[in-house]
Amino acid sequence: MTPQDEAEYRRRQKSRNWVVGGVLMFFVVLFYAITIVRMGD
Amino acid sequence: MPTDWRDFFALTKPGVMRLVIFTGLCGLLAAPGSIHPVIGFTAVLCIAIGAGGSAALNQWWEADIDAGMKRTSKRPLPAGRMAREDARNFGILISAASVGIMGLAVGWLAASILAVAIIYYAVVYTIWLKPNTPQNIVIGGGAGAFPPMIGWVAVTGDITMMPILLFAIIFMWTPPHFWALALFVQSDYAKVGIPMMPVVKGEASTRKQILIYSILLVPLAASPWFVGGTGAFYGIIALALSLIFLALSLPVAMRRSQEEDAMKPEKRLFAFSIIYLFALFGVLVIDRIADYQGWPIPGVTA
Repeated sequence: MTPQDEAEYRRRQKSRNWVVGGVLMFFVVLFYAITIVRMGD
Repeated sequence: MPTDWRDFFALTKPGVMRLVIFTGLCGLLAAPGSIHPVIGFTAVLCIAIGAGGSAALNQWWEADIDAGMKRTSKRPLPAGRMAREDARNFGILISAASVGIMGLAVGWLAASILAVAIIYYAVVYTIWLKPNTPQNIVIGGGAGAFPPMIGWVAVTGDITMMPILLFAIIFMWTPPHFWALALFVQSDYAKVGIPMMPVVKGEASTRKQILIYSILLVPLAASPWFVGGTGAFYGIIALALSLIFLALSLPVAMRRSQEEDAMKPEKRLFAFSIIYLFALFGVLVIDRIADYQGWPIPGVTA
């Protein structure tokens, strides 16, 4: 793997981690909201 | 090299998803009763994720076919930007997640219909019908017809005549919509051996069937008004839109393509068919909200 390839590898890995982290955070908030709404039913 | 996250997003066919989200949301908003905004949002989100999951499974299965067609050759799998099993695993994961979340947060009837819709598209249409019968679009159209029904059931918790009619409208709309597209990309489908109607039965038969479905769509689109599910506001606009649809399908039905044909009537019908569905479901929601809010729109009395 050339240094350019490795840099691209790291860049993709990093951006994927950020997206997965963001999606997980979104679902944490969503599940919290669903729980609050369901508890009020 | 890890797959770029944008390719996973592309795997969900975001363009198709817009129509799925819109019709699902319209089904939810047009249904009698109320739903908490958080639960309603979750229902639409699950419909979108489920559609994305089935689209990913569709592309996993059809990677070889997609590679042979100009329109689809740049998708992540045929372009070699993603491993095939990654697409399969991603599709299964988000499909299962959408059904699970829908069941827990919204209701298990809506979740069951969502599961049926995913299996219908990924298995019945993609694996079974599409490569084997020119009626693939007719029967497979059912997959795209589920979202408004799921949205409706998320609110009401039961299946009544109205969600069945909304299902039937999209079911009847799909063949002329898709065959109009198939007419101007038919050489691509022929190349990869997909038995699309124009390839197997020929252009003349396809054009005739486009007209038949467009005629049937006129009374069907207005049927929610006939059964008292909407007011005349929806009914009259639905009739007008369907008559325009029919008028655009007439030149498609009455012509034959020539060498180097620009296929303008077919492209016009395809473009209008998308506007038609957005407008029809938009009017359905306006009719419902106007009735609920008591807006002074003539004909709004469900």
